[in-house]
Order: sequence, then C-alpha cells, then structure tokens
Amino acid sequence: MGADGLGQRVLRKEDRRFITGKGRYTDDIAVARATHAVFVRSPYAHARIRNIDASEALAMPGVHAVLTGKDFAEDKLGSLICGWMIHSKDGSPMKVGAHPSIAADTVKHVGDQVAVVIADTREQARDAAEKVAVDYEELPAVIDPVKAMDPGAPQIHPEAPNNHIFTWPIGDEAATDAAFKGAAHVVKIDVINNRLIPNAIEPRAALAVYDEAEESYTLYNTTQNPHVARLVLSAFVGVAPEHKLRVVGPDVGGGFGSKIYVYPEETVCLWASKKVGRPVRWTAERTESFLTDAHARDHVTHAEMAFDADHRIIGFKVNTIANIGAYMQIFSSATPTYLYGTLLSGQYDMKNIYCEVTAVYTNTNCVDAYRGAGRPEATYLLERLIEKAAREMGVDRVELRRKNFIKSFPHQTPVIMNYDSGDFDALIEKALELADYKGLPARKEEAKKRGKLRGLGFSTYIEACGLAPSAAVGALGGGVGQWESAEVRVNPTGNVEVLTGSHSHGQGHETVFAQLIADRLGIGVENVQIVHGDTDKVQFGMGTYGSRSGPVGLNAILKALEKVEAKAKKIAAHLMEAAEDDIVIEGGKLKVAGTDKELGFGEVSLAAYTAHNLPQGIEPGLKEGAFYDPINFTFPSGCHVCEVEVDPDTGHTEIVKFTAVDDFGNIMNPMIVEGQVHGGLTQGIGQAMFEGCIYDKETGQLLTGSYMDYCMPRAADVPSYTLGHSTTVCPSNPLGLKGCGEAGAIGSPPSVINAIIDATGSDNIAMPATPERVWRAIHG
Amino acid sequence: MYSFTYHRPKSLSEAKSMLGGAEDGKLLAGGQTLLPTMKQRLAMPSDLVDLGQVAELQGIEVTGDAVVIGAGVRHADVASSAEVRKAIPALADLASHIGDPHVRHRGTLGGSVANNDPAADYPGAVLGLGATVHTDARQIAADDFFKGIFETALEDGEIITKISFPIPAKAAYAKFPNPASRYSLVGAFVAQMKDGSVRVAITGAGANGVFRVAEMEKALAGNFSADAIANVKVSPDDVNGDIHGSPEYRAHLVTVMAKRAVAAAG
Amino acid sequence: MPRISMTVNGRQVSGECEDRTLLVSFLRENLGLTGTHVGCDTSQCGACVIHVDGLAVKSCTMLAAQADGTDVTTIEGLAKGDQLHPMQAAFREHHGLQCGFCTPGMIMAGIDIVNRKGGANLDEKTVREELEGNICRCTGYHNIVKAILDANAKMSGAQAAE
Repeated sequence: MGADGLGQRVLRKEDRRFITGKGRYTDDIAVARATHAVFVRSPYAHARIRNIDASEALAMPGVHAVLTGKDFAEDKLGSLICGWMIHSKDGSPMKVGAHPSIAADTVKHVGDQVAVVIADTREQARDAAEKVAVDYEELPAVIDPVKAMDPGAPQIHPEAPNNHIFTWPIGDEAATDAAFKGAAHVVKIDVINNRLIPNAIEPRAALAVYDEAEESYTLYNTTQNPHVARLVLSAFVGVAPEHKLRVVGPDVGGGFGSKIYVYPEETVCLWASKKVGRPVRWTAERTESFLTDAHARDHVTHAEMAFDADHRIIGFKVNTIANIGAYMQIFSSATPTYLYGTLLSGQYDMKNIYCEVTAVYTNTNCVDAYRGAGRPEATYLLERLIEKAAREMGVDRVELRRKNFIKSFPHQTPVIMNYDSGDFDALIEKALELADYKGLPARKEEAKKRGKLRGLGFSTYIEACGLAPSAAVGALGGGVGQWESAEVRVNPTGNVEVLTGSHSHGQGHETVFAQLIADRLGIGVENVQIVHGDTDKVQFGMGTYGSRSGPVGLNAILKALEKVEAKAKKIAAHLMEAAEDDIVIEGGKLKVAGTDKELGFGEVSLAAYTAHNLPQGIEPGLKEGAFYDPINFTFPSGCHVCEVEVDPDTGHTEIVKFTAVDDFGNIMNPMIVEGQVHGGLTQGIGQAMFEGCIYDKETGQLLTGSYMDYCMPRAADVPSYTLGHSTTVCPSNPLGLKGCGEAGAIGSPPSVINAIIDATGSDNIAMPATPERVWRAIHG
Repeated sequence: MYSFTYHRPKSLSEAKSMLGGAEDGKLLAGGQTLLPTMKQRLAMPSDLVDLGQVAELQGIEVTGDAVVIGAGVRHADVASSAEVRKAIPALADLASHIGDPHVRHRGTLGGSVANNDPAADYPGAVLGLGATVHTDARQIAADDFFKGIFETALEDGEIITKISFPIPAKAAYAKFPNPASRYSLVGAFVAQMKDGSVRVAITGAGANGVFRVAEMEKALAGNFSADAIANVKVSPDDVNGDIHGSPEYRAHLVTVMAKRAVAAAG
Repeated sequence: MPRISMTVNGRQVSGECEDRTLLVSFLRENLGLTGTHVGCDTSQCGACVIHVDGLAVKSCTMLAAQADGTDVTTIEGLAKGDQLHPMQAAFREHHGLQCGFCTPGMIMAGIDIVNRKGGANLDEKTVREELEGNICRCTGYHNIVKAILDANAKMSGAQAAE
C-alpha cells in the first residue's frame, strides 16, 4: 500500500481551488447576456390568488418578463413530485396534492412563489418584483400538525381530506399489544423532534441556458444529484426531453439533503430561459433559503416501552405525527417511514415493535430529508426513552443498555432491517474509557464548588445507509433504483479518469475515489481525475445522500476498475507471453509473478489503444463501466457521550467534552471521515441546543427567517471533539464500508439532552435546549 | 437595496450641507446596521451621507475625569485602545463584545448610539456612566438622550460628534448574548462613580430600550456588593419578550447580570 | 454611473457601478473575483470577509463606493504564485474545509485573527471566540480552529525570525 492508498490520511486534491478562491459554484459561472430572476412570494400562509397585475412591473427598466402560474399551466408543465409511494394501514395509497412550480390558484405557505420577474440585473428584478400587484384573498391557515387533522381545520389540498396524507404501520400490532400485557414495567414518553432549517452556507442557485440552435437546455444548479434532477424535470415536469437537457452540479457549497430536491426555482429558470430567449440566473437570498429550502424533522411522538422483570425490552409502541408542510418533496414520504420506523430497534434486541406514522399537510414549507433523515428522530426517541427507563426502574443506564444489546449478527429486527454486523459492547466500552466515565463523580463535585451543574449523557445508535438494494426499494414503494454507476477510463498515456454518479459537495470524493484507483493500480492520486456532476459526461447516477457515496458509489467504481484490471491483465499476459493468472498489478506495473518481467501500466494502456498487438477477440481501448446495486443496507453504529456544565442562574449550557466512538466498517481516509463526524456532531448539537424553526402558530409567518433569529452553532458553541473507532468490517459490500456522513447528526442529539437531564435532574428538557428552557427546567 | 445617491463629505460642515440638500437623506456611519436594513429594503433613503472621512469625528482623548471618544471611532479601536482600557476598562471590554471582529472594524460609537437599537451594547455604557452626547448643535445628557426603541433626542439632521464618558471609580459590563444574533439578550452596565453614586443601566431587556434600575442603584450606593441587589427584581411587565426569551426570563437575567457586573467591577 | 478606483490584491483597478452596489458585488461582478462569497443578507455568515486597509470586514456590508481609494485584499490575493499563504496551507494540511464555500471568509478571518492576536498566547478559546462572525456548516469548526492555531505558529515564527 502506497502513501496514497486506502486508509491513508491523503490531503485533499480539491482543496487548492477552494483555498485560493478558484472554486466554481453556480453563482460564479458567468455566461453572456444572462438575465436575473426574482420571485414574488406569498406573504400569507394560505390565500387565494384573485388577480395578478404585472403592468407596472413590466414597464420598469430592464424588465423582460413577468411570468405567473397561469403562464406555467398554459404551457402544460407538470407538478413536482414525491418519489416514494407509501400506503396507509387500510391499504390506500398516500394522498398527494399538486406541487406547482408557480402557484396558480392558491398559495399554501409563506414564501410560496406566485410570479417571477426576469430583468437585466438582480436589483432591477427586485425593484420590479415589488411592483407586481397580487390581489390575495386570505384563507384560514393551519400550522400545527396535530390541529391540521381536526375536523374543520383549513383544507390545504382537495386530494387530502383532513390534510391527512397517510397513516403508515410497521411491525406487528397484536404481538406488541400482547407483549405489553405481560410487562413488569412500562415507560412512556412524549417527545417533539424539533423542526430544522438545513442552512448549507451556499444558497441554492440556478443558471439556465437555452440553446436555440440545438433546441437544448443546460442547467447549472446547486444539486446533489444532477441526473435525478434531469429525470424529474424531463419525465414529470416536462420542461425538456431528457436528451435535450444537460444538468450540471458544479462545486456545490454543502447540501445535507436540502439540495437533493428538484425545486420550483430551477424549474422556472429553465422554462423562462426559452421564453425570454436569454439565459436566466437565480440565486437565493438567505431569507429565501429559510423560507423555501426543504425543512427537516418536525415529529410529534408518543411512545411506550415494555420491560420484563429482568429489565429486558419486550415491547415498543410508537405513534408519530409527521409534519410534511404544504407540499411533498422527493423523500417527504420515505423519511418519516422507511428511514425512521425501520430503525426503531436501535442497538437493542426487541422482539415486538409496532409503530404508526401519520403524515399531514400544514401551511408551512416542505419538510424532507436532512442529514440523518428519519434516523435522528428514531435515535432521539429511543435514547431518551432508554435513559428515562433506567431512571424510572432505578437501574444503571449503561447496564440497561448492555443487557438489551444485540449480541450476534446477522440480526433480523421486527421492523424489516437485517443488521449485518456490529459490536455494541465494544463501542460503549471504548466510549466509557475515552469519556473517562469513572471520573464523572469527581468532576461533578468539582463543578459544584464552582456553582455549576455537571452532567453526562449517552446515546447509542445504529443507522441504515448505503441506500439501497433496488429491488427492496422498489418493493417498499421507491420510485427509482438505488444503485450507482461508474466508468473507469484509462487514457493511452496511462492516467485515469473516473466518471461517477456520486456527487461531491464537500465530502472529498475527488481524493477518496482517487485513493481507490491509486491503491489498486499503484499510481499516485495525482494521476487520477474524478469526473462528476455533469449529465453530459457521466452516463447516469443517483447522486449523493444517505451516506451512500462510499458504500454504493465507491463499490461501483471498484466494479468498473476490476473489469479494467482484468482486461489490462489479458493484454499484459499476451504482450509478455505469460499466463493471465500470473499477472499481478503492483506499483504502477503489470508483472509476471515470480519473474522479472513487467510492463508499466502506461505501456499496457498504450498497447490497448494502438491495438497493434492485442490478444485474439479483445477490443481496443481500456475503458469499462459498471452499475453496482447493493445487496443490503449498511449499518454504521456508535456510542456518543456528551458532558455538559449548566449555569443554574442563567440556564446557559456548555459542552465541556464530547466523545464519539463509531463503527464505520473500513475507513478509506481517516482525515475525511473525522471531518464528516465533526460536522455531523455539530449539526446534531445544533439541533439539540440551538436550532429550531418557529412559525407563528396563527399567521404562519416564519419567525426564524434569518441568522438573527435562527441560531446556528458557532465555533465558540462547540468543543474540540474526542473521536474513536471500533471497527467491524461490513460484510455486505466488497470494500467493507458502512458510510459515515450522517452518524454525527444521528447519534449526538439525545446524548446532549440526556447530559442536560443528568446535570439538572429535570426530565423536562425539549430541543433545542435554549438557556431559558434549561433555566425553567431547573427552577420549575 | 433601493437606489440612492452616495455622498462622501470630508468635513462636518460639508456633511451638514449634503444632508440638508437631500430629500430624505440619512447619515452612514459604520453601516453595520443601516446597510443590512437597506439590503432588506426596510429603509429607502434618497441619499446616504458617509461620515467615514470626516476628521472631526475621529479621536480618543482622556482628560482628567473623562474619556472623550469621537463619534466616528470604530468599536475595534475603542476595544484595543490602551488609554480607554486604562481609564474605563469596562468600556473597552464592552466594545470588544459588540457584534464580531469584522463588524467591530466598521461599526462606530456614534452610529450605534444614534441608532439606539434596544439590544445594542453601547447605550448601556452611555447611560450606565452618565455620559454626555455632544452633537454639532449641543450637548445632551445620557438621561435625556434615549427616548425609546430606535428613538433618541437627536433632531433631524443633528450629528453626534463625540461622547464624553466620566471616568468612574469602578465599573463593569456583563452581557448575556442572544444565542442567534449575539446582540445582548440582557446586558447590565454597573458603575460606581467617583462621588460614590452608582448607576445601573440595562440594555437588551427594556420594552422601551435601555433603562436604569433605581432600586439597584440605591442598594449599591449603600453596599456595593452583588448580595445587595440579589433580591431586587425588575417587573416582567417592563421587559420585552420574544422567541429568544420571555419577559419573565429576561427580568430574571437583569438581576443575574447586574450581580455579575457588580462582582466583576470588584 | 460613478467611477471608483481602489487597489485590489496589489493591482490598481477602477470601474463604474451604481451607488447602491455592495463591495462584494463589485468584486464578484465587475472584477470577476468570485472567490469572495455571499452566504446571507444579515451580515452574519462571514463568507464575504475580505481585508480593507489591512482589516477584516464583511464586504456584503460595505458599499463599493466606501472602498474608493482603499487597499483591498481578497482570497485570490493571498498566494504568491504557487506559494500558498501559511493560512491557506494550514487549512489544507488540517482538513479545515469541506464544501469550500465559507473557506475564503474563514481564511481571511483567520489571518486577521493572527494579525491582531497572534503569537505564543493565541489559544483555542480565543480563536473560537474570534470566529464569532464566520459560520461553517460542514466542519464543525474543529479543524478550522486547528488550522488557524497551526498557521499562527508558523506566521508568528516567521515574524519572529524577520
């Protein structure tokens, strides 16, 4: 293994352009004659559009067009889609309302788009947007998901009576009820998983260019999955046929799920670019990001857990109401169901689980997947409940966990998942050691002398990522396959281009993916170019989300690479007059094992392209593609330990130490994996202590619509982290990878809240645990 | 931003005439509040008169009993001034906690005080030290200057030139920041003046902006210790509430922060 | 439209823009220096931080006209040819960036921190507090803090040697 190989801390190839200001994000791309789009957005949570008068706006300087929902509908363009069909317990399909890119009749949340102004400059478009006169008839709105189902609540979509989208069951209700009857202890909890706003620091943006000569479109877009965007825009919205639409996701400044979706704005820019005959550019202002980037979480849950006299879990019942917002997005239905209910067993051996999830529309922005997506909600519920159970039953919280841990693998849970590997005792053992759990009483005592309340909280998690076996996804209602594609092209001079359907927006693919090639071929990472994010270059790809780029994307590259290796060996064997089975690839050379015969990798690739002397039946060239469809989900797991100090006078909480021990299977580049964990932890801590999206309950106005009011974690709010690993190799994919992108955000929130509960002695701590909430918890 | 005409005077008199000649002119000091407000299209002045080049508004001077700071002096310069730190360490300390380092490189004393944001820090020091606000027309005592949220005694077109802060026997500022905006949720400026009198000014919490707490001042004048005010509470009715803190919580923090300021003043 | 001039990354530049043009727009649109980013509209995220007359400021909260006659440094002006500035090198060395969007502002802020508070006494707590005006969503700040502390050691060492 070379310095660039697997498992090495290889510095990132992509960094140079970012640290010198040469990154190329969507808003950086200059095209001649570009116009600017500014959207007119609804100030109301729910209203009928009586009339739109654009005459004054159209007369403003620089204005090319003002387009409305009526224009959009007249051009017979379709609705945006939800990509996953969920059936209710009565067997009926979910009830989905339309999601137009510009509202034609009614607006359904504050920020809903009602018109777009296209002008020469952004400021001209903004000036004119203010002059678009929209006559609204305000309608009653419903913001609270529980109230949304009340008879008489305002109706948001005619397709969904009582705003009810589905009630989805998982598990065996009768068996779980029976188990509860024999329980020695039942522990109950009500929790709210707070609504979040993703806040990638690069705002969403689109630049659409229509080429009249080719009758084709190009869309530069802040997207995590350009091919999926193209598919949706083409097959469902119908803006352009797939072969006449190129989607490019250039450098993308963070996504965390929020850039998976196909949004109204890029749809409108594409459509408008042909209508006005000029390129159309849109970049969100942060306020627009707050209003319209798909929000996250927002669950209201009641759960009960039954234990036998020996404190073993014998049953788990969960009832969750999931707020979907005013429109469904691509994963809106999958996130609170198959990404949530299937993980309710956590690290624990449970025979009986029953969960019902009811999804409802409200007059708020869309809610969909955000870092963790469903799994943080499951983990938060379970880990709050386990610690509550330990307190109520008077048993040690570590021992209660250990007693109930799953000990052998594979393990079939009662909620679909078949865990392939893990060692939960090892994780908690290492976490206890790194967090110096033994020293906690002394630290509490010392803090007390300083007037501070010190506490420690645990969380264990298991998540399913590496989305996902396509047949399984299809059987559960998914609209597409969840494989990944790759192509490995060896050039005649021996350097390598890898085309991948994964998309990097901070994950370091250009380095990690190159490491695989470098490792296998024995060439330096500088000789490998990773190509991604362009539908004209890469054949197809499902993109990057759900921690899938390693477990799925990288295994696709491996599969293509193995084909390349096999062909190179055939050619080398022929050239060196040796048996194919005797050829080994090492240090950039193809060698005949046990001899001093060898050819440089470049010599073999050149031979492949000159094709002067190839073995019988071998085609010229050295380029292979592959589609990799995983055989199972992957199951990263971990134990997180948070230690806090609370100032009882103010409720201010400081995280004094945070320890995360994770099992990610094999690790390609520890530096990058650690970075992923640091970021995930901070987002999880953000959810636990700082971030909460708040709508006015009556008017539906977004009260946390800027960084003045939505609290983002800053450097001084979080500690330096203590990380550890305890590895069980993933048996479900050739590289043994489990994925690491979401673990931090999944595992951390309950550990923070459990720590505050431990410090304050109060169980009444909701997320985000703001100073006032903590102060009230202490002082009643 | 709406369109406007930008002016860059070199002197106070030039600034006055530019402002006077404008239909709806506004003074631009550091711009750290005004420009974001204009970006959100919440203000639409016809003209902006930039005070950044006006020499008369610059300078920090320490006399025997006062620190006099030009209205155009930036927060970073107050925070890092050795003279200010020696004479009124609480004032330098307060300046070092306004906004963030980049904001402190642009924002000015005059701009902050003239704007009188109820959550801003400087009004706490102005009122807490009983400073005198000098304008191009007159001198205004701190007690007469702040007139409610975003309201001051300044007349249209009147320009703050400098502020004179009396040097106290001791003083301190204790701030509990709003976790999101980092403005003060509650800030307490407590000063014991050389004549033994005590001033307590609270920013961030007041329903009408910065205010003094007479009962605390009285208690501290007799006994300058945190314990002396432990039971002095302001009424939640006089305190504002929002998603970041209820009136009850802010009222509670007033006492906590005032105690901490007293303890820090020593 | 009025004409303004300034020195940007050591070069004298001038251009015409509306009075309402922000400095960040002038840099990005008139000069094509797209390394300076815009991440919010309330002067909080710090993606737009540059140096004006040697001090870190938010270029989204300053008019281009206010920068007339000043000396501006942006992220593009730090490296000398292939030679990275020590702060840039430290961000790479310590994996202080992921998506790269906040990175230019972070690097400019980091240099400013070292300029003002650098030396043997610069500690983690101070660096974290001084990053108040810069938001990163990817890194959790852990490696940014490490990078700034390491660059401080190198920059302060270099200053001491001079």
